[in-house]
Amino acid sequence: MAEIQIKDLSYIYGKGTPYEMKALDNVNITFGDNMITGLIGHTGSGKSTLVHMLNGLLRPDSGQVILGGKDIWADPKKISSVRFRVGLVMQYPEYQLFDETVKKDIAFGPKNMGMKPEEIEKAVSEAVKFAGLRPELIEKSPFDLSGGQKRRAALAGVMAMKPEVLVLDEPAAGLDPGARREILSRIRDYQRESGTSVIIVSHSMEDMAMYCDRVVVMSHGTPVMEGTPAEVFSRADELFSVGLDVPEVTKVARALKECGVDIGLDIYTVKFALGRLLGGGEI
Amino acid sequence: MKNSVAFGQYCEGKSFLHKMDPRWKLVLAVFYIVVIFLCKNIFTFALVALSAIGLVALSEINPKIIIRSLKPLVMIICVTAIINIFWLKGETLLFSFGPISVYLEGIINAFLIVVRVILLVSVTTLMLTYTTTPIALTDGLEQLLAPLAKIKLPVHEFSMMMTIALRFIPTLLEETEKIMNAQRARGADFSTGSLKQRAKALVPILIPLFISAFRRAEELAIAMECRCYTGGEGRTRMNVLHSSYRDLVGLIVTVLLCLAVVLINKFAPGYRISM
Repeated sequence: MAEIQIKDLSYIYGKGTPYEMKALDNVNITFGDNMITGLIGHTGSGKSTLVHMLNGLLRPDSGQVILGGKDIWADPKKISSVRFRVGLVMQYPEYQLFDETVKKDIAFGPKNMGMKPEEIEKAVSEAVKFAGLRPELIEKSPFDLSGGQKRRAALAGVMAMKPEVLVLDEPAAGLDPGARREILSRIRDYQRESGTSVIIVSHSMEDMAMYCDRVVVMSHGTPVMEGTPAEVFSRADELFSVGLDVPEVTKVARALKECGVDIGLDIYTVKFALGRLLGGGEI
Repeated sequence: MKNSVAFGQYCEGKSFLHKMDPRWKLVLAVFYIVVIFLCKNIFTFALVALSAIGLVALSEINPKIIIRSLKPLVMIICVTAIINIFWLKGETLLFSFGPISVYLEGIINAFLIVVRVILLVSVTTLMLTYTTTPIALTDGLEQLLAPLAKIKLPVHEFSMMMTIALRFIPTLLEETEKIMNAQRARGADFSTGSLKQRAKALVPILIPLFISAFRRAEELAIAMECRCYTGGEGRTRMNVLHSSYRDLVGLIVTVLLCLAVVLINKFAPGYRISM
């Protein structure tokens, strides 16, 4: 639906004060259309700052964020329309819940967009379905939900706006493995069905390997690697040097190679490794 | 996030003022305020202003920072000045325009009141917030008020509450920004619309903020109990406050300043401030 292009983007926190800190340094990335891009990097590598740039919450000091061919800051007064096109789910988004019922809370975004009541109704029920919230929960107060349910409600709150680009900052952080898998696969299903572009920020190499089509690696405010998960994770030494890791199964492949069993280093999921071990493609 | 750094008023330093005992600083700040209010004419104001400049030099803080701290007061200062200029009737009429007449006395009075406000604010912020950490300040306050515990006032609890409140101001600011960003990402608009609309737009910020503040308070209470906090009874301190020669010097100087102001008030002529 739309791709986001980042051009020569720089951002400095606390410009002109003694606390000046360069968060992004001349960044050039293209987040492709109709795919899931993973954004990884050590803490303080500028991932979250970059994410805040994508929907205009922060204004770049220099450079451009180009959404569907147009600079989002071309007309600063219309920046709120960019926020409707690029949906951002923050880290630990539970705190954004505020309304009396889950349903009303999910309708907050669509309402701000000026959708008609029947459209809102439809958008909410679709978002609820995508986020995997049980329908009987939506009349409850969001504060009565469990942690995982709150996360889904917050996610639905952004999905209901039907953004062309969905950006998720650590969508599965702090969830149990079951909920983690479910939320991430729901995001992937949503992407496949709707054809939107999805950008996921995460620290979990396993999740990135499992769910992303492309991976961008950030370090000290600039992207240092970009490619398919296989391409990125086969360069394990470079990942280690920027304070990151590779999926456990990639480490197994490396260890196997040292023992003389070479199944290739571009392995990043268990399925894939198994396929190679049994002599063939992915099973 | 990083923009709110400016809020943490305390300026790191090792100056004479930084090293003073917070208890004495509190006492002397109050004393100094009294002295400022004792000033009646231009000479005394000049003297006190001079001593304030001396204090700034002693604190080794960039004067720019102190001037910046006066910025929020510009409105108040202007309003008081204007009211005084037009309100006060005197003997030397400068000009009149219809019902409005301006007297020389009014202008002098306005000037002195402005000087007084500036002195009050700059000296107290300099002595208390800029050169004393909030923790040291509440510690000092607690010990100064300790005698009140004899009449069953919860002095320790009060100062603990103050310390915690001060500690959490930056945290809450950060939290507010986070919540605002999250709601902005959902299309909330805080800067346009009528007053009523704007007030309504605050609801999605205030509710999550309150909820997280309560949650935080509960977590903090549990963490404190886990570390056996039971209140002030029998509690010893990690940093015991000591008075030094600096505090004595401060006291002597302030007393001398006070005497000088009283004497000049009494014997020197000149315009006397009213109000």
